[in-house]
Amino acid sequence: MTTAITLAGVRKEYGGFALQDIDLELPAGQVMGLVGVNGAGKSTIFRILMGLIKPDGGQVEVCGYRMPQGQVAAKREIGYASDDMRLYKGKSLRWHMDLVRSVYLDWNEPYAAQLLKRFDLRADQAMGGLSHGQRVKALLLLSLARHPKLLLLDEPTTGLDPVARGEVLEAIAEVLGDENRSVLFSSHNTRDVEQISDYIAFLHRGRLVAVKDKESFLESWRRILCQGEWRDEIAAVPEMVSVRRNGSVIELKVRSFHPGLTARLQQLGLAISAVDRMDLEDIFVTSIAAGERQ
Amino acid sequence: MYGQIVEQVTAKILAGDWLPGQAIPSIRQLAAGSKVSVITVKRAYLELERAGIIVTRPGKGSIVAESSDLPRQLALKDFHAGLSAMLEAADRLQMDPASVFQEVEKELLSHRGAGLAAEERGKTA
Repeated sequence: MTTAITLAGVRKEYGGFALQDIDLELPAGQVMGLVGVNGAGKSTIFRILMGLIKPDGGQVEVCGYRMPQGQVAAKREIGYASDDMRLYKGKSLRWHMDLVRSVYLDWNEPYAAQLLKRFDLRADQAMGGLSHGQRVKALLLLSLARHPKLLLLDEPTTGLDPVARGEVLEAIAEVLGDENRSVLFSSHNTRDVEQISDYIAFLHRGRLVAVKDKESFLESWRRILCQGEWRDEIAAVPEMVSVRRNGSVIELKVRSFHPGLTARLQQLGLAISAVDRMDLEDIFVTSIAAGERQ
Repeated sequence: MYGQIVEQVTAKILAGDWLPGQAIPSIRQLAAGSKVSVITVKRAYLELERAGIIVTRPGKGSIVAESSDLPRQLALKDFHAGLSAMLEAADRLQMDPASVFQEVEKELLSHRGAGLAAEERGKTA
Protein backbone atom coordinates (compact mmCIF):
# COMPACT_ATOMS: atom_id res chain seq x y z
CA MET A 1 0.00 0.00 0.00
CA THR A 2 1.40 3.38 -0.97
CA THR A 3 0.93 6.39 1.26
CA ALA A 4 -0.02 9.86 0.09
CA ILE A 5 1.21 11.54 3.26
CA THR A 6 3.64 10.43 5.94
CA LEU A 7 4.50 12.63 8.91
CA ALA A 8 6.85 11.15 11.51
CA GLY A 9 7.78 12.93 14.71
CA VAL A 10 7.11 16.34 13.18
CA ARG A 11 7.68 19.38 15.45
CA LYS A 12 7.32 23.09 14.85
CA GLU A 13 7.55 25.86 17.41
CA TYR A 14 6.42 29.44 17.09
CA GLY A 15 6.28 31.93 19.91
CA GLY A 16 3.54 30.57 22.12
CA PHE A 17 2.51 27.68 19.87
CA ALA A 18 4.06 24.29 19.36
CA LEU A 19 3.15 21.47 17.02
CA GLN A 20 4.41 18.36 18.78
CA ASP A 21 5.15 14.74 17.90
CA ILE A 22 2.92 14.61 14.85
CA ASP A 23 2.75 11.07 13.44
CA LEU A 24 0.23 10.82 10.66
CA GLU A 25 -0.19 8.51 7.70
CA LEU A 26 -2.72 8.87 4.90
CA PRO A 27 -2.90 5.81 2.63
CA ALA A 28 -3.39 6.57 -1.07
CA GLY A 29 -7.03 6.60 -2.14
CA GLN A 30 -8.34 7.68 1.25
CA VAL A 31 -9.97 10.82 2.57
CA MET A 32 -8.85 12.15 5.93
CA GLY A 33 -10.61 14.86 7.89
CA LEU A 34 -8.51 16.92 10.24
CA VAL A 35 -10.67 18.27 13.05
CA GLY A 36 -9.66 20.91 15.53
CA VAL A 37 -10.69 24.22 17.05
CA ASN A 38 -9.17 27.47 15.79
CA GLY A 39 -5.50 27.60 16.68
CA ALA A 40 -5.13 23.82 17.05
CA GLY A 41 -2.41 23.73 14.37
CA LYS A 42 -4.37 22.56 11.32
CA SER A 43 -3.06 25.22 8.94
CA THR A 44 0.52 24.69 10.19
CA ILE A 45 0.27 21.04 9.16
CA PHE A 46 -0.92 22.07 5.68
CA ARG A 47 1.93 24.57 5.29
CA ILE A 48 4.46 21.91 6.33
CA LEU A 49 2.96 19.46 3.83
CA MET A 50 3.23 22.08 1.09
CA GLY A 51 6.85 22.82 2.00
CA LEU A 52 5.87 26.41 2.79
CA ILE A 53 7.42 26.15 6.23
CA LYS A 54 10.20 23.89 7.44
CA PRO A 55 9.52 21.81 10.57
CA ASP A 56 12.00 21.99 13.45
CA GLY A 57 12.27 18.21 13.43
CA GLY A 58 10.79 15.00 12.07
CA GLN A 59 10.22 13.65 8.59
CA VAL A 60 7.70 14.67 5.98
CA GLU A 61 6.88 12.73 2.83
CA VAL A 62 4.20 13.78 0.35
CA CYS A 63 3.29 11.71 -2.73
CA GLY A 64 6.57 9.85 -2.30
CA TYR A 65 8.70 13.02 -2.13
CA ARG A 66 10.69 14.12 0.90
CA MET A 67 9.71 17.62 1.92
CA PRO A 68 10.75 20.36 1.72
CA GLN A 69 13.57 19.16 -0.63
CA GLY A 70 11.17 17.51 -3.09
CA GLN A 71 8.60 20.29 -3.09
CA VAL A 72 8.95 21.24 -6.75
CA ALA A 73 8.15 17.71 -7.90
CA ALA A 74 5.57 17.14 -5.17
CA LYS A 75 3.62 20.28 -6.02
CA ARG A 76 2.87 18.89 -9.48
CA GLU A 77 0.85 16.18 -7.72
CA ILE A 78 -0.80 18.37 -5.09
CA GLY A 79 -3.81 20.62 -5.32
CA TYR A 80 -3.84 23.06 -2.41
CA ALA A 81 -6.61 25.43 -1.49
CA SER A 82 -6.55 27.66 1.53
CA ASP A 83 -8.22 30.90 2.46
CA ASP A 84 -4.90 32.70 2.79
CA MET A 85 -3.97 32.01 -0.83
CA ARG A 86 -3.66 35.24 -2.79
CA LEU A 87 -5.29 35.75 -6.15
CA TYR A 88 -4.86 38.75 -8.48
CA LYS A 89 -7.79 40.96 -7.59
CA GLY A 90 -7.88 42.85 -10.87
CA LYS A 91 -7.71 39.73 -13.05
CA SER A 92 -10.61 37.47 -13.98
CA LEU A 93 -11.13 33.84 -13.06
CA ARG A 94 -10.52 32.98 -16.74
CA TRP A 95 -7.09 34.67 -16.52
CA HIS A 96 -6.25 32.56 -13.44
CA MET A 97 -7.48 29.40 -15.17
CA ASP A 98 -5.23 30.11 -18.16
CA LEU A 99 -2.30 30.77 -15.83
CA VAL A 100 -2.72 27.44 -14.03
CA ARG A 101 -3.29 25.71 -17.37
CA SER A 102 -0.01 27.08 -18.76
CA VAL A 103 1.92 25.65 -15.79
CA TYR A 104 0.18 22.29 -15.33
CA LEU A 105 -0.09 19.99 -18.32
CA ASP A 106 -2.78 17.90 -16.62
CA TRP A 107 -5.32 20.75 -16.75
CA ASN A 108 -8.67 19.36 -17.90
CA GLU A 109 -10.62 22.13 -19.66
CA PRO A 110 -13.95 20.27 -20.07
CA TYR A 111 -13.90 19.41 -16.37
CA ALA A 112 -13.06 23.04 -15.56
CA ALA A 113 -16.05 24.18 -17.62
CA GLN A 114 -18.26 21.69 -15.82
CA LEU A 115 -17.07 22.91 -12.41
CA LEU A 116 -17.60 26.50 -13.46
CA LYS A 117 -21.22 25.70 -14.18
CA ARG A 118 -21.74 23.61 -11.08
CA PHE A 119 -20.19 26.23 -8.81
CA ASP A 120 -22.30 28.89 -10.50
CA LEU A 121 -19.23 31.04 -11.26
CA ARG A 122 -18.60 33.44 -14.14
CA ALA A 123 -15.18 33.17 -15.79
CA ASP A 124 -15.07 36.82 -16.82
CA GLN A 125 -15.65 38.20 -13.33
CA ALA A 126 -12.71 39.94 -11.63
CA MET A 127 -11.50 38.10 -8.51
CA GLY A 128 -11.68 41.27 -6.44
CA GLY A 129 -15.46 41.34 -6.74
CA LEU A 130 -16.10 37.79 -5.55
CA SER A 131 -17.90 36.93 -2.33
CA HIS A 132 -16.19 34.67 0.20
CA GLY A 133 -18.11 31.64 -1.06
CA GLN A 134 -17.29 32.39 -4.71
CA ARG A 135 -13.62 32.82 -3.84
CA VAL A 136 -13.51 29.45 -2.07
CA LYS A 137 -15.18 27.78 -5.05
CA ALA A 138 -12.86 29.53 -7.53
CA LEU A 139 -9.79 28.31 -5.60
CA LEU A 140 -11.19 24.81 -5.50
CA LEU A 141 -11.89 24.88 -9.23
CA LEU A 142 -8.30 25.92 -9.95
CA SER A 143 -7.09 22.91 -7.92
CA LEU A 144 -9.62 20.28 -9.01
CA ALA A 145 -9.36 20.90 -12.75
CA ARG A 146 -5.75 19.67 -12.65
CA HIS A 147 -6.81 16.25 -11.31
CA PRO A 148 -4.13 16.32 -8.62
CA LYS A 149 -3.22 13.04 -6.90
CA LEU A 150 -3.48 14.69 -3.52
CA LEU A 151 -5.88 17.43 -2.51
CA LEU A 152 -4.92 19.52 0.51
CA LEU A 153 -7.93 21.59 1.45
CA ASP A 154 -7.67 23.88 4.44
CA GLU A 155 -11.18 24.65 5.70
CA PRO A 156 -12.89 24.26 2.30
CA THR A 157 -16.41 24.56 3.69
CA THR A 158 -15.94 27.21 6.38
CA GLY A 159 -18.15 30.25 5.99
CA LEU A 160 -20.15 28.78 3.09
CA ASP A 161 -23.92 28.85 2.89
CA PRO A 162 -25.65 25.44 2.81
CA VAL A 163 -26.05 25.46 -0.98
CA ALA A 164 -22.39 26.27 -1.63
CA ARG A 165 -21.34 23.71 0.99
CA GLY A 166 -23.31 21.06 -0.84
CA GLU A 167 -21.68 22.00 -4.15
CA VAL A 168 -18.19 21.87 -2.64
CA LEU A 169 -18.78 18.54 -0.87
CA GLU A 170 -20.15 17.09 -4.10
CA ALA A 171 -17.02 18.14 -5.98
CA ILE A 172 -14.76 16.66 -3.30
CA ALA A 173 -16.82 13.46 -3.24
CA GLU A 174 -16.22 12.98 -6.97
CA VAL A 175 -12.58 12.40 -6.12
CA LEU A 176 -13.67 9.36 -4.09
CA GLY A 177 -14.41 7.56 -7.33
CA ASP A 178 -10.69 7.27 -8.12
CA GLU A 179 -8.72 4.92 -5.89
CA ASN A 180 -5.40 6.65 -6.60
CA ARG A 181 -6.46 10.06 -5.41
CA SER A 182 -6.36 11.19 -1.81
CA VAL A 183 -7.75 14.10 0.15
CA LEU A 184 -6.71 15.73 3.40
CA PHE A 185 -9.12 18.42 4.48
CA SER A 186 -9.58 20.34 7.67
CA SER A 187 -12.74 21.65 9.18
CA HIS A 188 -14.33 22.56 12.43
CA ASN A 189 -17.61 21.47 10.93
CA THR A 190 -17.67 17.88 12.16
CA ARG A 191 -20.71 17.05 10.04
CA ASP A 192 -18.78 17.54 6.80
CA VAL A 193 -15.93 15.44 8.16
CA GLU A 194 -18.29 12.72 9.34
CA GLN A 195 -19.90 12.52 5.92
CA ILE A 196 -16.98 12.10 3.53
CA SER A 197 -13.92 11.02 5.56
CA ASP A 198 -12.47 7.52 5.76
CA TYR A 199 -10.08 8.58 8.50
CA ILE A 200 -10.45 11.14 11.23
CA ALA A 201 -7.66 12.98 13.02
CA PHE A 202 -8.34 15.15 16.08
CA LEU A 203 -5.83 17.91 16.61
CA HIS A 204 -5.79 19.89 19.84
CA ARG A 205 -3.20 22.38 21.08
CA GLY A 206 -0.65 21.19 18.55
CA ARG A 207 -1.04 17.50 19.37
CA LEU A 208 -2.90 14.69 17.65
CA VAL A 209 -5.45 13.45 20.17
CA ALA A 210 -6.77 10.61 18.01
CA VAL A 211 -6.31 9.20 14.52
CA LYS A 212 -8.62 6.40 13.47
CA ASP A 213 -10.79 5.08 10.67
CA LYS A 214 -14.17 6.72 10.98
CA GLU A 215 -16.43 3.69 11.32
CA SER A 216 -14.50 2.08 14.18
CA PHE A 217 -14.13 5.50 15.74
CA LEU A 218 -17.88 6.12 15.80
CA GLU A 219 -18.42 2.49 16.80
CA SER A 220 -16.24 2.77 19.89
CA TRP A 221 -18.06 5.63 21.65
CA ARG A 222 -21.36 5.46 23.55
CA ARG A 223 -23.53 7.67 25.67
CA ILE A 224 -25.06 5.64 28.48
CA LEU A 225 -27.99 6.96 30.46
CA CYS A 226 -28.56 5.28 33.80
CA GLN A 227 -30.07 5.63 37.21
CA GLY A 228 -28.78 4.67 40.62
CA GLU A 229 -26.70 5.54 43.60
CA TRP A 230 -23.41 7.27 42.79
CA ARG A 231 -20.21 5.37 43.66
CA ASP A 232 -16.68 6.52 42.99
CA GLU A 233 -15.92 3.17 41.35
CA ILE A 234 -18.13 4.28 38.43
CA ALA A 235 -15.75 7.09 37.50
CA ALA A 236 -12.81 4.70 37.86
CA VAL A 237 -14.06 2.36 35.09
CA PRO A 238 -11.23 2.58 32.52
CA GLU A 239 -13.52 3.30 29.55
CA MET A 240 -15.11 6.30 31.30
CA VAL A 241 -14.47 9.67 29.66
CA SER A 242 -17.22 11.89 31.00
CA VAL A 243 -19.69 11.69 33.87
CA ARG A 244 -22.63 14.00 34.50
CA ARG A 245 -25.00 13.66 37.40
CA ASN A 246 -28.42 15.19 37.72
CA GLY A 247 -30.22 13.88 40.77
CA SER A 248 -30.36 10.10 40.43
CA VAL A 249 -29.90 10.29 36.64
CA ILE A 250 -26.32 9.67 35.53
CA GLU A 251 -25.07 10.34 32.01
CA LEU A 252 -21.88 8.51 31.10
CA LYS A 253 -19.77 8.85 27.96
CA VAL A 254 -17.38 6.01 27.25
CA ARG A 255 -14.80 5.03 24.65
CA SER A 256 -13.76 1.48 23.71
CA PHE A 257 -17.34 0.40 24.34
CA HIS A 258 -18.04 -3.34 24.55
CA PRO A 259 -21.14 -5.26 25.68
CA GLY A 260 -19.39 -6.36 28.89
CA LEU A 261 -19.33 -2.74 29.99
CA THR A 262 -23.08 -2.53 30.57
CA ALA A 263 -22.88 -5.66 32.74
CA ARG A 264 -20.06 -4.06 34.71
CA LEU A 265 -22.15 -0.91 35.27
CA GLN A 266 -25.10 -3.03 36.41
CA GLN A 267 -22.79 -4.75 38.89
CA LEU A 268 -22.00 -1.30 40.24
CA GLY A 269 -25.69 -0.88 40.98
CA LEU A 270 -26.78 1.17 37.97
CA ALA A 271 -30.00 0.58 36.05
CA ILE A 272 -29.29 1.39 32.42
CA SER A 273 -32.07 3.14 30.55
CA ALA A 274 -30.38 3.91 27.21
CA VAL A 275 -27.21 3.16 25.28
CA ASP A 276 -26.79 5.45 22.26
CA ARG A 277 -24.16 6.02 19.62
CA MET A 278 -22.64 9.49 19.55
CA ASP A 279 -22.05 11.74 16.59
CA LEU A 280 -18.60 13.06 15.74
CA GLU A 281 -19.32 16.49 17.21
CA ASP A 282 -20.26 15.03 20.57
CA ILE A 283 -17.19 12.76 20.53
CA PHE A 284 -14.95 15.67 19.60
CA VAL A 285 -16.25 18.02 22.29
CA THR A 286 -16.22 15.25 24.92
CA SER A 287 -12.65 14.18 24.22
CA ILE A 288 -11.36 17.76 24.11
CA ALA A 289 -13.07 18.55 27.43
CA ALA A 290 -11.64 15.35 28.96
CA GLY A 291 -8.16 16.23 27.67
CA GLU A 292 -8.37 19.69 29.23
CA ARG A 293 -9.13 18.20 32.63
CA GLN A 294 -6.09 15.92 32.65
CA MET B 1 -24.28 6.45 8.71
CA TYR B 2 -23.76 3.11 6.92
CA GLY B 3 -27.32 2.27 7.86
CA GLN B 4 -28.55 4.84 5.35
CA ILE B 5 -26.55 3.18 2.57
CA VAL B 6 -27.91 -0.24 3.56
CA GLU B 7 -31.45 1.16 3.33
CA GLN B 8 -30.75 2.91 0.04
CA VAL B 9 -29.45 -0.29 -1.59
CA THR B 10 -32.22 -2.52 -0.25
CA ALA B 11 -34.82 0.01 -1.40
CA LYS B 12 -33.33 -0.10 -4.92
CA ILE B 13 -33.47 -3.89 -4.92
CA LEU B 14 -37.00 -4.05 -3.52
CA ALA B 15 -38.19 -1.54 -6.10
CA GLY B 16 -36.77 -3.78 -8.80
CA ASP B 17 -34.32 -1.14 -10.05
CA TRP B 18 -31.55 -3.64 -9.38
CA LEU B 19 -32.44 -7.22 -10.30
CA PRO B 20 -31.10 -10.49 -8.86
CA GLY B 21 -27.78 -11.33 -10.50
CA GLN B 22 -27.29 -7.76 -11.69
CA ALA B 23 -24.07 -5.92 -10.86
CA ILE B 24 -24.47 -3.03 -8.43
CA PRO B 25 -22.22 0.07 -8.39
CA SER B 26 -18.72 -0.42 -7.05
CA ILE B 27 -17.99 0.86 -3.56
CA ARG B 28 -16.17 3.88 -4.96
CA GLN B 29 -18.88 4.70 -7.51
CA LEU B 30 -21.55 4.64 -4.84
CA ALA B 31 -19.40 6.69 -2.43
CA ALA B 32 -18.76 9.39 -5.04
CA GLY B 33 -22.42 9.36 -6.13
CA SER B 34 -23.89 9.68 -2.66
CA LYS B 35 -21.21 11.96 -1.16
CA VAL B 36 -20.39 9.42 1.52
CA SER B 37 -16.96 8.12 2.49
CA VAL B 38 -15.61 4.93 0.92
CA ILE B 39 -15.18 3.30 4.32
CA THR B 40 -18.86 3.84 5.12
CA VAL B 41 -20.02 2.23 1.87
CA LYS B 42 -17.58 -0.64 2.45
CA ARG B 43 -19.10 -1.22 5.85
CA ALA B 44 -22.63 -1.12 4.36
CA TYR B 45 -21.72 -3.64 1.63
CA LEU B 46 -20.23 -5.96 4.25
CA GLU B 47 -23.49 -5.76 6.19
CA LEU B 48 -25.55 -6.40 3.04
CA GLU B 49 -23.38 -9.39 2.23
CA ARG B 50 -23.75 -10.81 5.72
CA ALA B 51 -27.51 -10.47 5.35
CA GLY B 52 -27.37 -12.37 2.05
CA ILE B 53 -28.73 -9.44 0.05
CA ILE B 54 -25.69 -8.98 -2.16
CA VAL B 55 -22.80 -11.24 -3.15
CA THR B 56 -19.30 -9.84 -3.52
CA ARG B 57 -16.80 -11.65 -5.69
CA PRO B 58 -13.18 -10.65 -5.07
CA GLY B 59 -11.93 -8.40 -7.85
CA LYS B 60 -15.25 -8.46 -9.69
CA GLY B 61 -17.49 -6.25 -7.62
CA SER B 62 -20.86 -7.04 -6.12
CA ILE B 63 -24.11 -8.39 -7.53
CA VAL B 64 -27.63 -8.65 -6.15
CA ALA B 65 -28.06 -12.11 -4.58
CA GLU B 66 -30.07 -14.57 -6.67
CA SER B 67 -32.46 -15.37 -3.83
CA SER B 68 -36.13 -15.09 -4.73
CA ASP B 69 -37.44 -14.10 -1.32
CA LEU B 70 -35.54 -10.93 -0.57
CA PRO B 71 -38.54 -9.04 0.83
CA ARG B 72 -39.12 -11.92 3.24
CA GLN B 73 -35.45 -12.00 4.22
CA LEU B 74 -35.48 -8.28 4.86
CA ALA B 75 -38.64 -8.48 6.91
CA LEU B 76 -37.09 -11.36 8.84
CA LYS B 77 -33.99 -9.28 9.48
CA ASP B 78 -36.17 -6.43 10.79
CA PHE B 79 -38.02 -8.91 12.95
CA HIS B 80 -34.81 -10.24 14.52
CA ALA B 81 -33.45 -6.74 15.04
CA GLY B 82 -36.70 -5.86 16.83
CA LEU B 83 -36.47 -9.02 18.90
CA SER B 84 -32.96 -8.29 20.12
CA ALA B 85 -33.88 -4.68 20.88
CA MET B 86 -36.81 -5.97 22.91
CA LEU B 87 -34.64 -8.44 24.82
CA GLU B 88 -32.07 -5.74 25.59
CA ALA B 89 -34.86 -3.56 27.01
CA ALA B 90 -36.11 -6.53 29.02
CA ASP B 91 -32.59 -6.96 30.41
CA ARG B 92 -32.51 -3.35 31.45
CA LEU B 93 -35.85 -3.80 33.22
CA GLN B 94 -34.46 -7.03 34.72
CA MET B 95 -37.54 -8.95 33.59
CA ASP B 96 -37.51 -12.73 33.97
CA PRO B 97 -38.23 -14.94 30.92
CA ALA B 98 -41.72 -15.77 32.15
CA SER B 99 -42.79 -12.11 32.24
CA VAL B 100 -41.21 -11.55 28.82
CA PHE B 101 -43.32 -14.39 27.40
CA GLN B 102 -46.37 -13.06 29.16
CA GLU B 103 -45.91 -9.59 27.69
CA VAL B 104 -45.34 -11.00 24.21
CA GLU B 105 -48.44 -13.15 24.47
CA LYS B 106 -50.54 -10.21 25.66
CA GLU B 107 -49.26 -8.05 22.81
CA LEU B 108 -49.84 -10.85 20.30
CA LEU B 109 -53.43 -11.30 21.41
CA SER B 110 -54.29 -7.61 21.29
CA HIS B 111 -52.53 -7.34 17.91
CA ARG B 112 -54.49 -10.29 16.57
CA GLY B 113 -57.66 -8.95 18.15
CA ALA B 114 -57.12 -5.64 16.36
CA GLY B 115 -56.55 -7.54 13.12
CA LEU B 116 -59.77 -9.53 13.52
CA ALA B 117 -61.71 -6.40 14.42
CA ALA B 118 -60.39 -4.71 11.29
CA GLU B 119 -61.48 -7.71 9.22
CA GLU B 120 -64.94 -7.57 10.78
CA ARG B 121 -65.20 -3.88 9.93
CA GLY B 122 -64.12 -4.76 6.40
CA LYS B 123 -67.00 -7.25 6.05
CA THR B 124 -69.69 -4.93 7.28
CA ALA B 125 -68.47 -1.97 5.21
